[in-house]
Amino acid sequence: MATLEIDRVKKSYGQMDVLKEVSISVGDGDFLVLLGPSGCGKSTLLNMIAGLEDITSGQIRISGDVVNDLSPKDRDIAMVFQSYALYPTMTVRQNIEFGMKIRGVPPEARAKATKAAADMLQMGHLLDRKPSQLSGGQRQRVAMGRAIVREPKLFLFDEPLSNLDAKLRVDMRTEIKRLHQRLGTTIVYVTHDQIEAMTLATRIAVMKDGVVQHFGPPQEVYDRPANTYVARFVGSPAMNIIPASLQVGADGLAEAVVSLPSGEARIAGIPLSAAALKSHAGQKVLLGIRPEHFSLTSGPGLSVHIDVVEPTGPDTLAVFAMGGTEVIARLEPFAAAAGDRLTLAVKQEKVVVFDASSETRLD
Amino acid sequence: MQKPISLKDRLAAWLPQLVLTPSILAVFVGVYLFIAWTAVISFSSSKMLPRYDFVGLEQYIRLWSTPRWITAVENLFLFTVLFLAITIAVGLFMAILLDQKVRAEGVLRAVYLYPMALSFIVTGTAWKWILNPSLGIQKVVNDLGWHSFVFDWITRPEFAIYCVVIAAVWQSTGFAMAIFLAGLRGIDNSIIKAAQIEGASLTRIYLSIIVPMLRPAFLSVIVLLSYISIKSFDLVLALTNAGPGSATEMPSTFMFSATFRRNQMGVGAASAMMMLMTVAAIIIPYLYSELKEDRNGH
Amino acid sequence: MATDLRSARRAQNWGRLFIYGSLAAMAAFYLMPLWVMIVTSLKSLDEIYSGSFIGLPKAVTFDAWAKAWGTACIGTKCEGLKPYFVNSLVMVIPAVILSSGIGAINGYVLTKWRFKGSNIVFGMLLFGCFLPFQAVILPMAQVLGRLGLSGTIPGLVLVHTVYGIAFTTLFFRNYFITIPDELTKAAQIDGAGFFRIFFSIMLPAALPIIVVSCIWQFTQIWNDFLFGVSFTAGDSTPVTVALNNIVNVTMGRKQYNVDMASAMIAAIPTLVVYVVAGRYFVRGLTAGAVKG
Repeated sequence: MATLEIDRVKKSYGQMDVLKEVSISVGDGDFLVLLGPSGCGKSTLLNMIAGLEDITSGQIRISGDVVNDLSPKDRDIAMVFQSYALYPTMTVRQNIEFGMKIRGVPPEARAKATKAAADMLQMGHLLDRKPSQLSGGQRQRVAMGRAIVREPKLFLFDEPLSNLDAKLRVDMRTEIKRLHQRLGTTIVYVTHDQIEAMTLATRIAVMKDGVVQHFGPPQEVYDRPANTYVARFVGSPAMNIIPASLQVGADGLAEAVVSLPSGEARIAGIPLSAAALKSHAGQKVLLGIRPEHFSLTSGPGLSVHIDVVEPTGPDTLAVFAMGGTEVIARLEPFAAAAGDRLTLAVKQEKVVVFDASSETRLD
Repeated sequence: MQKPISLKDRLAAWLPQLVLTPSILAVFVGVYLFIAWTAVISFSSSKMLPRYDFVGLEQYIRLWSTPRWITAVENLFLFTVLFLAITIAVGLFMAILLDQKVRAEGVLRAVYLYPMALSFIVTGTAWKWILNPSLGIQKVVNDLGWHSFVFDWITRPEFAIYCVVIAAVWQSTGFAMAIFLAGLRGIDNSIIKAAQIEGASLTRIYLSIIVPMLRPAFLSVIVLLSYISIKSFDLVLALTNAGPGSATEMPSTFMFSATFRRNQMGVGAASAMMMLMTVAAIIIPYLYSELKEDRNGH
Repeated sequence: MATDLRSARRAQNWGRLFIYGSLAAMAAFYLMPLWVMIVTSLKSLDEIYSGSFIGLPKAVTFDAWAKAWGTACIGTKCEGLKPYFVNSLVMVIPAVILSSGIGAINGYVLTKWRFKGSNIVFGMLLFGCFLPFQAVILPMAQVLGRLGLSGTIPGLVLVHTVYGIAFTTLFFRNYFITIPDELTKAAQIDGAGFFRIFFSIMLPAALPIIVVSCIWQFTQIWNDFLFGVSFTAGDSTPVTVALNNIVNVTMGRKQYNVDMASAMIAAIPTLVVYVVAGRYFVRGLTAGAVKG
């Protein structure tokens, strides 16, 4: 069990900065997800935590100890890889025991630890098979078993579910969550899948181009993304980003004016601090509205012309034009059909406002 | 708070380079330094023993005014063109036929390829016997009743080089076949199906679609066969011993006899440098393109 | 419609006939020299001179084989190929083990422990695969002389190892590059070091390419002639050089049956390897051309 502090960590290859002064810290028992597209530096950061890559500058501390120059084996970590990285010529049992053997764990203790891990992951019957005789999900279990027997301070997961098919991915996701709940060990988990991040994390760090865009609890990342990049990356379909102009409403609260094909419309009562409202009143801004924060209304609202509908089963996604861009609303099944003219209401307390040029959130 | 790093860990960081060092040294000395050494000798007046003076291009001038060397270069050119053309044509033909879901493919492949496992000396010995006019193929055909049949190329200076071509083709076709077959097997079957649905005939499909897709295989075969032909030495020695006279002299045999038999070390070194430059001109661009692809691939 | 189908089928039958006919004819051509070598080596000299070339021997005799193996004259000695065959064995075994072993560890370093400039190192090594050896035999002869190794088997082992490294490194490098790097990382986290990872994980996983490398090196070194003839003489020559001497330097009536038996003796080790492990041999052949 451990805390992890990443303190102004940089990584450069020659002139190229892969990570630019990243700082993240998580507490004991946290589940940190590093989320971002490929090439954002998340895997590099994970490898640096593991000790598989050098740190150009800054410090990484595990439980307060600086580990910058420690070799992987001395960091008290375990890691699960995307390709599972099982030793192909060894049986499952030998795979799991390899690390313990190197550390000089006596045979009885090894067998006991292996059995405990196998029981926990329900793979006792697989112990004498070779990795090539296992399915993808079974290999993933073995890789996790190999990590568990180390009893590390820190678990590292590098896109562990990316090679699995959709159904299995959901099952294994639950399995990992259960593992975390049972063991309570601090976990760092890298993925590009925002649903995995939302479902698993206690802390998410959204990364892009070697910079942490937003670091916080999942619900905060979802509700109040730090900038339009995070807003678009998290959630499916993504948060709508709609150009609008900001005004002071009659009630003294923020009010946005958006253009619709039928004319201008107003969204009143947007939560915004007095300072932000004062500095941005009368200016262009970007509104962030989640699809589920639109709803049909019989009262006053936004009059829109539905272009396309995509039924998903539990609800229907309706696409329309607003503020000169394409906007998606999540409505009840059969609530809309292509060509309909509808009036939509917006949950104004959920609307987020971004600066038009820097695209960062205004509070 | 920093934990101390052990000496062992420090050493471990250098271990990979350390392990590679002997090989780098061996290759550096055995390949690059020795090439430079040969170059130095080619600019010296060395005869029986190496001498380290400088006579400029004298040995190269002497080399290029030696009729034997001119014969060798002409032979190499003729040999390479014929050897490549025939080996590629037959090898491709074999590969295409073998790719038609034939029975006993494994056995046939093994039969076409086994000469590659033989030493050129063995090949030369066998073909020398086969091409022997008084007891070999000629005699067999004569005995069958065709008394005017003559196949005495190996004894005739103007034709002996073609004997070398025959034996070399025999030895190397399987190699070309194996590479082409690997290329054919790598082609997506759905491309052929798509062409068939469009109504293309099998010949047409091969000529316009499949053979052009074998470009990388062609490149490999051409480069590697050229390399084989430039360094071919054992085969010529065993089959014709560069004769009759010097009719089948090749740069490789010239180099060897100049250096070890005629005490013209300087000329020998100059001829070796000529061979090296020819090989380098073919191989370095090839390696460069292969490595570049490799880097893109990862 | 029916006639269309029938003619199409007939065309197909002719096509199959053409395919099998061509394949069989070529097979006959490629087998003919081996056949001729075998039957000639089993005939008596009189039968050969009476004009039997391609037919089966009237009376099978192993005299030529016995002579080629034990009593044929090479230079002034009349001990047959046997001592030279032994020379080749004594040379080829250590050279194969050394060059394959070094190639294995080189390939491991060049894929799993890359460092700045490791690609350049690989490129430099790779050129060694295509080196025309004529460009190095002069200096090599000098160096072997100074080391006191000229004309010796250890000298040949050294030469074959040095010039074999390029190919073996290529084999192992192209193989190890297909093994995910994550495997090395996982082993590092398990606490395994450089050699432990190599011996416990990489080498056991590399069995097929070890076979390829050993077979390739065995064939190349066994069949070598240039190094043998350049660096050795007399008693220490390998079997290929001795074979060439038997064939070229016989006095009197040419003993074709002994020549062919000698050629067969020199060819048998590589032929056996080819028959037993042809699949791996082909992989070695194509490795220089088709990557991965």
